[in-house]
Amino acid sequence: MKDFVLLFRQPGIDASRFTPQEMETYIKRWDDWIGGIAAQGRLNGSRKRLTQEGKVLKAGGVITDGPFVEIKERLGGLIIVKAESLEEATTLAHGCPALDLNGSVEIRPVMDEH
Amino acid sequence: MQENTLYLKELFQQEFVKMVAVISKQFGLQYIETAEDIVSDTFLQATETWTNKGMPENPAAWLYTVAKRKTLYHFRRNNIYTRKVLPAITNKEESIVPKEDINFSPQHIKDSQLQMLFAICTPAIASEAQIGLALRILCGFGIDEIAEAFLSNKEAINKRLFRAKEKLRTEQVSMEMPPEKELPERLQNVLHIIYLLFNEGYFSQTQNEVLRKDLCFEALRLGLLLTDYAATNQPETNALIALMCFHASRFTARQAGNDLPVLYEQQDISLWDTRLIHQGMLFLHNSASGNTISPYHLEARIAYWHCHPDNTPGKWQQILSLYNELLFMNYSPSAALNRTYALYKADGWEVALKEAEKLQLINNHFYSMLLGELYTHSNLPKAIQYFEEARMLAKTVTEKRHIQQRIAQLT
Repeated sequence: MKDFVLLFRQPGIDASRFTPQEMETYIKRWDDWIGGIAAQGRLNGSRKRLTQEGKVLKAGGVITDGPFVEIKERLGGLIIVKAESLEEATTLAHGCPALDLNGSVEIRPVMDEH
Repeated sequence: MQENTLYLKELFQQEFVKMVAVISKQFGLQYIETAEDIVSDTFLQATETWTNKGMPENPAAWLYTVAKRKTLYHFRRNNIYTRKVLPAITNKEESIVPKEDINFSPQHIKDSQLQMLFAICTPAIASEAQIGLALRILCGFGIDEIAEAFLSNKEAINKRLFRAKEKLRTEQVSMEMPPEKELPERLQNVLHIIYLLFNEGYFSQTQNEVLRKDLCFEALRLGLLLTDYAATNQPETNALIALMCFHASRFTARQAGNDLPVLYEQQDISLWDTRLIHQGMLFLHNSASGNTISPYHLEARIAYWHCHPDNTPGKWQQILSLYNELLFMNYSPSAALNRTYALYKADGWEVALKEAEKLQLINNHFYSMLLGELYTHSNLPKAIQYFEEARMLAKTVTEKRHIQQRIAQLT
């Protein structure tokens, strides 16, 4: 089995617009979805969530507050899964809650180190 | 008479382990078998003397005195003492006059037992052999009982224990607490062995109920031994003890069936041991310090929720998210199955069935049982088919009968 990175992109969420109940449901959907992958024994390491803020360093020492202003989707987090093929890893990505918010999952094989 | 025999058995079991620990501590782990022989010999003499003259006022003190005399006599006579042990002790403790005495004070017994626990849990010995040694040397179980617990025979267990003791000798394992920087890792191993020991009792397939209960409570006792010392009284230790208390609280309710264990949902709650549940809560509270969370923490919290008799989706939500977290930490088929069962109770059979089918735990009878249970809601013939499969795969007669009962309910 090989490692694949699943990168979650979705529109920024304004957490303040969520009721606590909604927030709980939202978190639960993620937890249960990743729990399902873990239950298949396909999760490699734990889940990495990214906070909303960030910096981007560009040529010439230009620093901006993240790539968020220019693009619709932002990187929200990632997990590493184990799968036999890119197709199988893509199948694992189905049902990801990011998709429900018109986000996307990018599936990338991790290159073997030799 | 029977009560008396029971008391003697208990006394022997308790005192056997204490004396072996103290003697091994003083003379070195390479003499562990000698220590066992001396202590066995002491018990033989006790049985003879007490039968003729009646029980002494303080049986433990009587045993210590006789064991002490026998030990010193043995080592002096064999000249091992002056040639080997004496220089070793003198060197180590940097004292010129070695103590020609054996210290059976309660504190020294405790210290020796803890050190023995760490010595046995050396990574040099395979974990199955570690459990065997722990049962013999730390819990005072007889070879017959160990063989029964492992569904094995006396010869195999004897061989296993012999090899393990040989290993203690060749690897020159010493009866000391590991150095400070190695302690956290070694403690992990000790906790793991206690956990396995407990599981051996709780999920054991032997028919001997008393034995299973003894195994569980010995594991609990060893866990508690660790709480007496700051270095070993860690959050994880407390989490493991909490976990054992919660599970043990349902022991009687679980064994109330004639010979089939009673399933959780059919248990008589009045048989749950509330004292143990409270103890568990206390240890769970103690475990919540520091900033690491271990699988024991998660399992303890799952077990805590199982001590709530209500059957609400809210409770199962909590259990589900704890299983999610446990699986993030490390995958195991049983955690995957339990997680899917919690999903069933929390979010309904349709969600759970979809997830269950992805697990693909072929040839696992618990998996077939879970699928059978989930299909009872939508496809009875298929449900029965899975239960039949589970019955074929089940390893014990008891389990097969259990599944047969379920099939009978459905047809």
